Amino acid sequence: MLRATLKSLLARKLRLILSGLAVVLGVMFVAGAFVVTDTLSKSFDSLFASAYSTTDVGVTAKPKVAVSEFEGEEVVTPLPASALAQVRGVPGVKSAAGLVDADGARVIGSDGKVLTSVGPPRIGSAWAGTDDLVQLREGRGPTADDEFVVNATVAKAAGIKVGDRVGVLTLEPKKEFKLVGIYGYSGDRDSLGGVQEVAFTEPVAQKLMLGQTGVYSSVRVQAEPGVTPEALRDRIAATLGDGYVTKTGDQLVADTSADLQAGLGFFTNILLGFAGVALFVGIFLILNTFSIIVAQRTRELALMRALGASRRQMIGSVLVEAVVIGLIASVLGLAAGVGVGALLAYLFNSFAGGGMQLGTVGVPLTAIISSFVVGVLVTVVAAVLPALRASRIAPVAAMQDVATPDRPLTKVSVAGGVVTAAGATGLGLGLFADMGDATLWTILAGVLVSFIGIALLTPLISRPVVSAIGRLFSWSLPGRLGRLNSGRNPRRTAITAAALMVGIALVTGVTVVMDSAKASLKAEAATILKAEVVISGDQNGPRPPTYDPAVLRDTAKIPGVRAVAGLWNDQVTINGENHYVNATDNLAGLKDAFGNTAVGTPSTLRDDQLAVSVPEAQDYGWQVGTKLTIQPARGDPREYTIAAVYPEDSLPGSYVLPVAAAKDFGITQPTMGFVRLADGYAVSQVLPQVKALLADSPEVSAQDAQAFVDEQAATFDTLITMIQILLALAILIAVLGVINTLALSVLERTRELGLLRAVGLGRAQTMRMVTVEAVVISVFGALLGVVVGAGMGTAVTRALKSDGITELVLPWERMGTYLVLAALVGVIAAVLPAIRAARLNVLGAIAHD
Amino acid sequence: MTTTDSREPAAARAGEVWKVYGTGEARVVALRGVSAEFERGRFTAIMGPSGSGKSTLMHCLAGLDTVDRGEVHVGGTKITGMGDKALTRLRRDRVGFIFQQFNLLPTLSAQENIRLPLDIAGRKPDPQWWDIVIDTVGLRDRLSHRPSQLSGGQQQRVACARALIGRPDVIFADEPTGNLDSRSGAEILSFLRASVREHNQTIVMVTHDPVAASYADRVVFLADGAIVDELTGPTPETVLDMMKRLDTHAEPVML
Repeated sequence: MLRATLKSLLARKLRLILSGLAVVLGVMFVAGAFVVTDTLSKSFDSLFASAYSTTDVGVTAKPKVAVSEFEGEEVVTPLPASALAQVRGVPGVKSAAGLVDADGARVIGSDGKVLTSVGPPRIGSAWAGTDDLVQLREGRGPTADDEFVVNATVAKAAGIKVGDRVGVLTLEPKKEFKLVGIYGYSGDRDSLGGVQEVAFTEPVAQKLMLGQTGVYSSVRVQAEPGVTPEALRDRIAATLGDGYVTKTGDQLVADTSADLQAGLGFFTNILLGFAGVALFVGIFLILNTFSIIVAQRTRELALMRALGASRRQMIGSVLVEAVVIGLIASVLGLAAGVGVGALLAYLFNSFAGGGMQLGTVGVPLTAIISSFVVGVLVTVVAAVLPALRASRIAPVAAMQDVATPDRPLTKVSVAGGVVTAAGATGLGLGLFADMGDATLWTILAGVLVSFIGIALLTPLISRPVVSAIGRLFSWSLPGRLGRLNSGRNPRRTAITAAALMVGIALVTGVTVVMDSAKASLKAEAATILKAEVVISGDQNGPRPPTYDPAVLRDTAKIPGVRAVAGLWNDQVTINGENHYVNATDNLAGLKDAFGNTAVGTPSTLRDDQLAVSVPEAQDYGWQVGTKLTIQPARGDPREYTIAAVYPEDSLPGSYVLPVAAAKDFGITQPTMGFVRLADGYAVSQVLPQVKALLADSPEVSAQDAQAFVDEQAATFDTLITMIQILLALAILIAVLGVINTLALSVLERTRELGLLRAVGLGRAQTMRMVTVEAVVISVFGALLGVVVGAGMGTAVTRALKSDGITELVLPWERMGTYLVLAALVGVIAAVLPAIRAARLNVLGAIAHD
Repeated sequence: MTTTDSREPAAARAGEVWKVYGTGEARVVALRGVSAEFERGRFTAIMGPSGSGKSTLMHCLAGLDTVDRGEVHVGGTKITGMGDKALTRLRRDRVGFIFQQFNLLPTLSAQENIRLPLDIAGRKPDPQWWDIVIDTVGLRDRLSHRPSQLSGGQQQRVACARALIGRPDVIFADEPTGNLDSRSGAEILSFLRASVREHNQTIVMVTHDPVAASYADRVVFLADGAIVDELTGPTPETVLDMMKRLDTHAEPVML
C-alpha cells in the first residue's frame, strides 16, 4: 500500500510541488522569524558585551518618570557630582568615571537637513578620551566649548569633515560647533550598532544633553583586582541608598540587549503574520489539489477497494501522501527560512543597525521543531477531507465508466451557512461586546471562521456569479467556451477563488477601516483646527522634532498674525500615574487656534495652574480648584491647581500646563506651533515669513492648515501600503492556486482541446479560452474578497464609532483596482497552462484517454 | 462552395506519402509511398487490419499529422509544409471530422456543438443548409440538449451534423460506428451515404468493419503501409473476402 502511494506521489510531482509551495512559503516565514530573532539577539549580546567591556559596575539615577516602550523615550535623570564622589569613596573601587550621554543630539548635515535615525539613538556625550574601545581616526578631542567630535557613522551620514562648522540640535536650539576629530571603535567599526554619537567637552555636554552642568548620566566603575563586580555592586548600592540603580557589567549587557530584543518582537510578529496568512491560504490550495487528485484517481482507488483495500487504508494512503508533502515542504521551507532570516538580519543590520558585527546565523531548535510541526500539520489538515472522500469511493466505480456526477451542494452550503454564522457571531462579539483581553482573539477567530464559512458557501454562488462575470467575455467564441469551462466544476472554481478571496478581503477590510479613520480624522480636524498656519515636523526617531522657541516670539511680530501658541509635550506623572501632557506659552492663542469659546476657561495660566479636559476630570472626579502633584522628567515634583476644565477637543490633549512647566520636561523645546491670522490677511502673506524664521530649526516646517491635516492623514496611506505588501503574499499564493487549477483543467480536457483544435480553433484562440477561464475565476475571487472585505471593514468601522471613527468610507477606487488587478492576475496565471493547451498535439489529444 | 478550377481536382490526394515513426530499433514505417485520390462526391472507405496504416493515412490527409516524404493535397491546395496557422484554417474551413468517441463539448448544447466550427470561424450558417442538415440527422427536437442528455447514436449524429454544417471539401470519419450498437451504427452510415448521394458531400471513412465499409462507393485496402487493392460497389461479403485474402496471419476480422 505504502509503495503504491509513494509511486503515485512521484507520478504527480509538479502538481504537488505547486501546492506544496504554499506550505514552503508559510514554513519559510515561521523559520525566518525564529532565525532572524536568534541571529540578531546573539549579535546584540556581543555588541553590548563589547560596549560594556570596561565596566564592572554601572550606576544610574532612577528615572523620575518611568516610561514604557510604547509611551516614548525615557529621559535620563542626571546623577549629581556628589554621587560620583560617594562612589569613588567605596572600598574596592579602582576608578569611577562620570559619563555624560543622552539621546537627542541631532546633527545638521552638509545638506542642511537633520540626520535621521530609524531606531538607534542619536547620542550626545562628553568626550572621555580614547581607550580600548574608542579610537580617534582623525584630528583630536574637543578642548574648547565650541569644538566637538563625531563618530565615523555621523561623519559619513552628514557628509562633514574635520574643520567644518556643524549645527547641532540638543535640548537647546541649533548651536554651531567646529568639528575637530572623527572617531571609531575597536575592530574598525564606525559605530556601535548604528548609534550616531557626537562628543563635546564635559561642561557643554552636561548643559546641552542633561540640562545643567555638574551632573552625569551614569557612573562607570572599575573594580580593584580581587573584588568581584557583584560584591562591589552591593557595596555601592548600600552606600548610595535608594534613588539609584546599580548593575554589574554583565547585567547591563543582558538588560540592554533584552530591551532591544523586545523591540524585535514586533518584527517577529509581522513575520509570523505572514506565515499565518500564507498557511491559511495554503490550506485551500492543498485541499483543492488533493480533491482533484482523488477525483482523477477514482478508478484507481476503486480498483484498490475492489482488490480488498479497507477504507482505513484508503484514508491512510491519502494522508501518507500529505505527510510526505508536508515533510518535504517543511525541509524546503526551513532551508529557505534560514536564508530569509539571515538576509533579514543582514538588511536590518545594514539599514537600521548600521555596522553591527553579525554573529553566525543561528538556527534555534524552536525553528526546526515549529517548521516541521506547522508544515506537516497544515498539509495533513488540508488533506483530511479529500482522504475521507477517497474512502467513500465504492469499489464498483472501478468497473463503471461514468464521470463523477455533480454531487449536490446542499450539505456543504448548509455547513457553510452555519460556519459563516458562527464566524459572524464571533466577529460581532469581539467588536460590540466587551470581551476584555480576548477581544482581539475573538475578532481574529471570527474573521477566520467567517472565511471558512464563506468558502463553503462559495460553490453555491459560484454558478450564477461566475456565469455573470463570464458574460463580459462572451462576445467571442473562445471567451464563451472559457466562461462555460469556469462554471463546470463549481467546487473547484469556488475553492480556487476562495483562496484569492482571503487576501483581497483582508486588504479591502483594512482599507475600509483605514480610509474611514482617515476621513474621520480629516473631518474632525476641519471642525477643530482653526489655526491657519501650523508649525510641525515629521517624527523620524524616538524623539519628536523641535524648534527654537524664539521663533514663537518673532512670529508674533509678523504683521497679520493675530496669535501664536507654541506646544510642548512630554510624559509626566500626575498623582503618581503616567500621563501625556501639553504645555503652552499662550493659552489664549491656543484657545483661538482650537476655536475654544467655552466659558470659564481663563486666557492665561499661572505657573501653578493647569487645564484638564472634561472626560479626564470626570474619570478622576476632579474639578476646578483640585490640586494635583506633577512630577516631570527632571527636577522636583510640583503642585498645580486645576484652573479650568475644557470640553474634549477644544484644546489639544487632556492636560494643558503653563510653559514654565516645560523647562523640566525631557524635551524643553516646543514641538508644534499654531498661528492665527488677523482678519484681512491671507496665508500666502504670512507663511513665507514664518518659514524664514524656521531656517535654523530644520526639523520642523510651517504649513497651511490643510496641508498639515493632509500630512497627518497620510500616515494612514503608509499603513495601507504596508498592509497591501503583506497581503500581496497571500494573493501570490492564491495565484499558484489558479495556475494549479487551470493546469489540471487543461490536463483533464486534453481530448476536448484536441477536438477544438481539430475543428479549427487556432492557437491564439485556445490561449484566449484558457485565459478567460483564469480571469473569470480570479475576478470571481476578487469580487468575493471585495464584498466580504467591505462587509467586515464596515462592521469594524461601525464598532469603532465611539472611538472617533465617525465616517464610513468605502474605497471604491481601490476596490475597483483590486478587481482589475485580479483580472491581470488571471491573465498571468493563465500563461503557462494556456501555452500548454495551445501546444497540445492535436492528434495525441484526440487519441488521449 | 470553394472555387475550383475546370479540372475539378480530387477532394483529397496523397502522392507517394511516407510516414515513419521512431528511430533505430523502434523504427516503424507506417506508410510506404502511398498514392491515392479521393474524388469529390464519393464515399470512400479505407480498410485494413490493425497496424496497416489506415488511421495514419487519414490523419495525414486531414492535416492532423505531417508526412515524411511525398505530398498531400486537399482540394486544389497542397497542405504538405503548411504551418500551424494555415493548417488550423484548413481544418476549420475545408475539412470536417467525425470521431469514434463523438468528441462533443459537454458544456455546449447540441445546437452549439453543431455550430462550433462556424462559430470558431466567425461565420453564420446558411439557413437552408442548416435545415437540411438538422432534418437529415433528425435532431430538431434535441437541439437544446447537452451531450450528456443524448444517447450515443444521437451524439454521433450531432458530430456528423457538425462535420457537415460547414460544407467542407472533405469529411474524414475515423471508425464513426466503432462505439455504437449495430442499429445506431446503421443509421449513421445511411445518413453519411445519403449526404454523399443527395447533397454531393465527400467522405473518407476509416473502418475495419466490412459492414460499415459496404456503405461506401469504393473501398481502398491497406496492408503494411501500402495500398494493396480496392473495390468499387462493395458488399459486406466482397469486403470480407478481400480482407481474408489480404492477410491470413493478421488477427481475425471482427464482424
